[in-house]
Amino acid sequence: MNEFLFVVVPYICLTTFVVGHLWRYHYDKFGWTTRSSQLYENRLLRIGSPLFHFGMLGVVGGHIIGLLVPQSWTDAVRISEHSYHVVAVTGGLLAGAAALAGMVILIYRRRTVGPVFSATTRMDKVMYAFLAVVIVLGMWNTIAGSIMTIGGEYNYREGVSVWYRSFLAFQPDASLMASAPLGFQLHALAAFGLFALWPFTRLVHVFSAPVGYLTRPYIVYRTRDEQLGSHQPRRGWDRISQ
Amino acid sequence: MRVMAQMAMVMNLDKCIGCHTCSVTCKQAWTNRTGTEYIWFNNVETRPGLGYPRTYEDQEKWKGGWERNKRGRLVLKGGGRFKKLLTIFSNPKLPSIGEYYEPWTYDYSTLTDAPAQEHTPVARPKSLISGNDMKIEWSANWDDDLGGSTATAHRDPMLQKISDKVKFEFEQTFMFYLPRICEHCLNPSCAASCPSGAIYKRAEDGIVLVDQDKCRGWRMCVSGCPYKKVYFNHKTGKAEKCTFCFPRIEVGLPTVCSETCVGRLRYIGLMLYDADKVLEAASTEDDHGLYEAQREVFLDPFDPDVMREAEKAGIARDWIEAAQRSPIYALINTYKVALPLHPEYRTMPMVWYIPPLSPVVDVVQETGEDAEDKGNLFAAIDALRIPIEYLAELFTAGDVGPVDAVLKKLAAMRCYMRDINMGRDPDGTIPAAVGMSEEQMYDMYRLLAIAKYDERYVIPPAHAEQAHSLEELATECSVSAYGGGQQDLFGEGSGVPTPIAVENFQMLQDRQTADTLASPADKGARVNLLNWDGKGSPAGLFPPRKKDS
Ligand code: SF4
Ligand code: SF4
Repeated sequence: MNEFLFVVVPYICLTTFVVGHLWRYHYDKFGWTTRSSQLYENRLLRIGSPLFHFGMLGVVGGHIIGLLVPQSWTDAVRISEHSYHVVAVTGGLLAGAAALAGMVILIYRRRTVGPVFSATTRMDKVMYAFLAVVIVLGMWNTIAGSIMTIGGEYNYREGVSVWYRSFLAFQPDASLMASAPLGFQLHALAAFGLFALWPFTRLVHVFSAPVGYLTRPYIVYRTRDEQLGSHQPRRGWDRISQ
Repeated sequence: MRVMAQMAMVMNLDKCIGCHTCSVTCKQAWTNRTGTEYIWFNNVETRPGLGYPRTYEDQEKWKGGWERNKRGRLVLKGGGRFKKLLTIFSNPKLPSIGEYYEPWTYDYSTLTDAPAQEHTPVARPKSLISGNDMKIEWSANWDDDLGGSTATAHRDPMLQKISDKVKFEFEQTFMFYLPRICEHCLNPSCAASCPSGAIYKRAEDGIVLVDQDKCRGWRMCVSGCPYKKVYFNHKTGKAEKCTFCFPRIEVGLPTVCSETCVGRLRYIGLMLYDADKVLEAASTEDDHGLYEAQREVFLDPFDPDVMREAEKAGIARDWIEAAQRSPIYALINTYKVALPLHPEYRTMPMVWYIPPLSPVVDVVQETGEDAEDKGNLFAAIDALRIPIEYLAELFTAGDVGPVDAVLKKLAAMRCYMRDINMGRDPDGTIPAAVGMSEEQMYDMYRLLAIAKYDERYVIPPAHAEQAHSLEELATECSVSAYGGGQQDLFGEGSGVPTPIAVENFQMLQDRQTADTLASPADKGARVNLLNWDGKGSPAGLFPPRKKDS
């Protein structure tokens, strides 16, 4: 059972994530968008959206550090377990709270503002549900697990993180996850569920984060030929290369 | 010198009767799909008036276009790259749908379905955004013909600049129509604002387009364009803008708005310009210098140096010839009667306008004087400061000099031609008074008044060796890709990319045959009667039966 939950399911989700994105990018570039609803409503969005997104950026950054940096590395540079813990929990709480508050505002807005609600697809709803579950469980793990230590102390850096790295290295060790508290297990599973849904939702816009904007020239010129992407020349009509 | 070609337009405002034919035909061709209900690539505003979207010209509020910073460098008024990325989660300067208007339709079925009753049934307006009943409070052209202007016109940003002196009263009103499309700027701030780099300027003809496959819906272009001519399609989540009807232009046809213009007041042609000079010209210190600076960027297509450089830059011979015959070049540089719209936005717009003389003529006529007499007209141009200052706010960043000069040329033409039409001897002093020769004046008259189709539109077709890509018919793409079965998952319009061509807008057909206000819910379930073999009754032949309850 553990093998199934913490090895098979995650790999299936990961595969769906990767293949799904490739597929969607290939066939649905036109649908690849944030699908913003700012035109319909701005007052709530102006508060909720930055809260949520900046919160999420913090959360993701925290996860990258927490999951990918082995404890031995921080030990090597003499960051004590305690101080790491304090920084991680405070940072995590702040970012998590911002993301959660933002999400609450955004979901409230989605439900109550008529035009926004009618622009909500079924997939959006499923995605929101998963997102909410993942975030709430994550917050629960931080608060209950790390601050109030309900159910005993648990150092995820010796459990979940190691499992995650073993998973990425294709040498998964399910027993590490099996011994983690239920909250962590559910959080991880829900997150993998979200990953599997990811390519089929508007979340794909994460991968279009426009960092290239910082370096490209302001005005883009393109010649007409380049835009033939969707318009392959027929056989026998190949363009003569110059 | 880096020679580039630009497809450009000039509109002669004196001839615009405000009929909106251009807007309607454009909308029928390009923006009649769900999600684009409120979008008018071409709109006609009554001026003075608030425009569409409301008060878009107030750049202190909307922060569109460029500005020159203290160090003399050109920067986006809405903030540079970092600021754009930091505000990407909620664009602070996006006009709400209310600034455009909430699109609506009428609930016509109540008219036909109503039972016999005492009172006439009414078709009530329904919002195309929410589907609910709504109160119509604004539209793309609410203050048409100054309707309601006593209440709203004082908010016209251009009038505000001069209106310490003006009280907007009907007795002293002047008005004219201003048709607007995207300016296809030489220095487009929409493209510069796009984080994804989806908006590009075509190297061949300068048309500014949004790559629908690359746009990610960040909406920064909407804020970045000072003319508010990029729109957000709220169904597909992508930006859309006027395409200068590029599929038509490529085969040598004028844009739909020009083709159908009742006043025949639009001119289309090529301009050659020096791309290396654009930035410098756009950074000109004095706002009043921008008009001249932009004219300096244009190149003389008859100059042998320019012709040689143009050929080196890969501009075909027939394009250079077209640039020589270009009515745009004549109006902007030879006769100098066309002016840019809001040069102070520093985007180097390429749709120029011949300012209207009619407000002046109207006033002279009302006084009972001869409105075709040079003395009367010139005196009126000098006396009528308010309309002239207003025009200057629109076309020369407030500098009345060039507007004065253009209006005097138009007035002189009017008087000079009257003599000819009445069979009198033409008076050579009239053109001389505005610095033109008699021959030039006559040629200008021909171009402005009686130019035929092929003189108004000098459009060299794109080149035959590229012909395959120019087929207006999307021969290899299945039309049904639009509005396919995935709608519910990814939002309307998801699917295989489809090139823009009129034929592909099947959504139009879906929409027009739909029973519901926006997208039909039961579309997938219907049977196409053309394919039905007449045997039996397949599911979906009849609409679902209402549950008896
Ligand atoms: S007028 Fe057209 S080209 Fe110029 S900034 Fe606006 S959308 Fe871009
Ligand atoms: S069709 Fe021509 S005359 Fe009519 S509103 Fe448009 S520009 Fe003016």
